[in-house]
Amino acid sequence: MGKKRKVPAVNASSSADIAFMLLLFFLMTSSMDTDKGLPRRLPPPVPKEQKETDVDIKKRNLLVVLINSQNQILCGDEFIDIKQLKDRVKEFVSNPNNNEHMPEKVEVDVPYFGKQMVTKNHVISLQNDRGTEYQAYIDVQNEIAAAYNELRDDLSRQKFGKIFMELDEEQQKAVQQIYPQKISEAEPKNYGGVK
Amino acid sequence: MPELNTSSLPDLVFAFLFFIMMVTTMREVTLKVEFRAPQATELQKLEKKSLVTFIYVGKPTQDLQAKMGSETRIQLNDAFAETSEIQDYIAQEKSSMKEEDQPFMTVSIKADRETKMGVITDIKQALREAYALKISYSATQRIN
Repeated sequence: MGKKRKVPAVNASSSADIAFMLLLFFLMTSSMDTDKGLPRRLPPPVPKEQKETDVDIKKRNLLVVLINSQNQILCGDEFIDIKQLKDRVKEFVSNPNNNEHMPEKVEVDVPYFGKQMVTKNHVISLQNDRGTEYQAYIDVQNEIAAAYNELRDDLSRQKFGKIFMELDEEQQKAVQQIYPQKISEAEPKNYGGVK
Repeated sequence: MPELNTSSLPDLVFAFLFFIMMVTTMREVTLKVEFRAPQATELQKLEKKSLVTFIYVGKPTQDLQAKMGSETRIQLNDAFAETSEIQDYIAQEKSSMKEEDQPFMTVSIKADRETKMGVITDIKQALREAYALKISYSATQRIN
């Protein structure tokens, strides 16, 4: 029993190669891309029997943004450049000067903020032609989203000293109550020229 | 020259391997359409990948163009489809999910930036009919 039995060592020099092979396999078959996008909610479908009941929206509460088949943007009733759109939307949503032609303000009781005057009933109606390019549509969606984000960020910074994304859920809800995102994507229609 | 000790090399590689496995996702479908996603700045990440269904829109790839033409097409899973098929596809995807997850189902529209809105509008209408109301317009970050 004096002799110690020697366990033969497993030759591990090839395990590095095996691991490399596995690594390469995963590198080839997987994709790194994280999917990002603009999240939106679609309105529920209109029942077939029901005639289209146009919800009565006061004219001052409605901002129509129309993109025609030449990718031109009509905001309200004038042609504007995509760069101007964000400021237009911001002004419309916040209505800082209580302009008569901008959305009316309603008093709402918001947690953290107390009673606030909010343009609760405003609607941004986004309409497009069948011939509009997707990129132009995304640009407009993006600018409108940017307008809301800036307004919310400004408010959050004022109140909590942080940007909107860093607030906790309750605070985000409160800010969202003050600047609710109301984008209506209208039923498709044909505008301006041939398809 | 002293020999370099490589006995920990496999461990290093394995660690790297696990990292790659964590951050990537398996490519599930082979793309049959070409698309360059539109650019935007206000992007949000899609949360749970398992709840996301993809709809690809674009021109058929080069080698498929001879057969399919260069018209914009819709791809669902591995096959080309018509707008009328979207509703069934969504219903099918929905039923394959757990019931408590179904309301959180998101449809990501991955469309080429030059697509005409007509196609997108048709898809949106089909999604509304199928009650898949949460959508995301897939886009890439614009670098200014």
